[in-house]
Formats: sequence, structure tokens, C-alpha cells
Amino acid sequence: MSADLVVDKTVDYKGLFCPMPIVKIAGAIKEMEVGQVLEMLADDPGSKADMQAWTRQTGHQLLDVREEGGVFKFHVRRKS
Amino acid sequence: MAEKKRLALVASKGSLDQAYSPLILATTAAAMGWEVAVFFTFFGFDIINKKRMHALKVSPIGNPAMPEPIPAIPMKVPNFIGTIPGMTHVATAFMKSWMGRAKLPSIPEFVEMAKEMGVRLIACAMTMGVMGIDEKDLIEGVELAGATAFLDFAADADVTLYI
Repeated sequence: MSADLVVDKTVDYKGLFCPMPIVKIAGAIKEMEVGQVLEMLADDPGSKADMQAWTRQTGHQLLDVREEGGVFKFHVRRKS
Repeated sequence: MAEKKRLALVASKGSLDQAYSPLILATTAAAMGWEVAVFFTFFGFDIINKKRMHALKVSPIGNPAMPEPIPAIPMKVPNFIGTIPGMTHVATAFMKSWMGRAKLPSIPEFVEMAKEMGVRLIACAMTMGVMGIDEKDLIEGVELAGATAFLDFAADADVTLYI
């Protein structure tokens, strides 16, 4: 992650399993402005693959994924 | 982005475990911006039946995949025990507790969520006639159609699944 990345909003979906993190982030990203960065936390082990697929399908930009102690941290930039 | 992708599902099962699959796929596809329609037929009707959607069940009989009720004891429930009245209720309660632990929405909550996300819910009109289901038994916002209308939608789908 670049040091100057500004996170505009964070959502915490720890404890939720498929499809809830994706269903919820689909709603959360709509409340962001285009170009803003949404940070999402999740501990569903499938969420890394799912977030890569979701951003590929929606066109939003997955800036980075980090994992620490079983918790994934995603940064997504709203594209359109 | 290119033209919207499209998912066409047939939901034909009314047991608790099998009702989840179409709802999970439908809401996920909607979350990706896809156009989604679920065609409910035969036992799948219970998912959109407002009297029955709250009370879907899973049977322990003839279901070797049912987990051991007590994880520490590696023994499945024998089929003959499953035939005792009330055992379907017990198996259903177990399953609902696992679902609740995973914070998965209930079937009625899932259906509502799908509707809010723009998933089209289509009820097979023929099934209604065969099984004596009245339109007023169904939740609000369900369209009535036949196989022809479903196939017309599915003909342009990118993914079509029968569940």
C-alpha cells in the first residue's frame, strides 16, 4: 500500500460469511463518491478470491489486499 | 462497463439446505451488477410462499451428509432414529443454529434482500395450478410466468443453473 493512500471510509464485515461481505460492500460502495477509497475488513477465508472476482466484475479497483492474523484488509477505489 | 451480465436460475427445491443456494447466487450476482431472475418451480415454491418460507425444514432421513449432532462423538444419526416423529424438527433446529452462528440471513430475510437488490422472482404458473397454490399465498412482488418466458430470459443469460 502506498503511504499516501487516503481511506475515506472503513467497513468491518468480520464474522460474516459468503455472500454477506459482497452483498454489503456492493451497497457500501454506492454511498461513496467516484474516486474515493473504501476499506473493508473481513475474516471469511473466501473473501480474498471473492473480492478479486467482485472488483473484476464491477470494474471497481482493488488497490491492495493484506492479511494479518486471519483478517483480510481490502482497499477498493470506486470507479463508476 | 460492457453490457450487464445475466444470471438465470431455476429453484426447484424446498428443503432448508437447498433453498439457500439459489438465494446466495442470486444476491451475489446482483451485488456484481448482474441482471438476475429466479424461476421458482415445484418444491422451490416454498421459498416464496409467505406461509411456508419461515418453516423450511431439512430431513435427517437418507441424508448421509448430515453432520454428527455431537462433534466430539463421531456418530451420525441412524436413519431409524430419523423416522421418530419430531426428528426433522430437531435436525432443522441444528441446521438453523449453524446458520445463525455464521450470521447467515434467514430464508425470508434473504428473499427480501434479493428483492431489494433487484432480483426478479418468477413463479411458475403451471406449478401453481398443479399444487393448488393461490397467488395470494405468495410474497409481494413475484411475477407469474411459464417456461417460455423463463427460456426467453435464459436464452440471453451468461450463466444458467438448475438447483
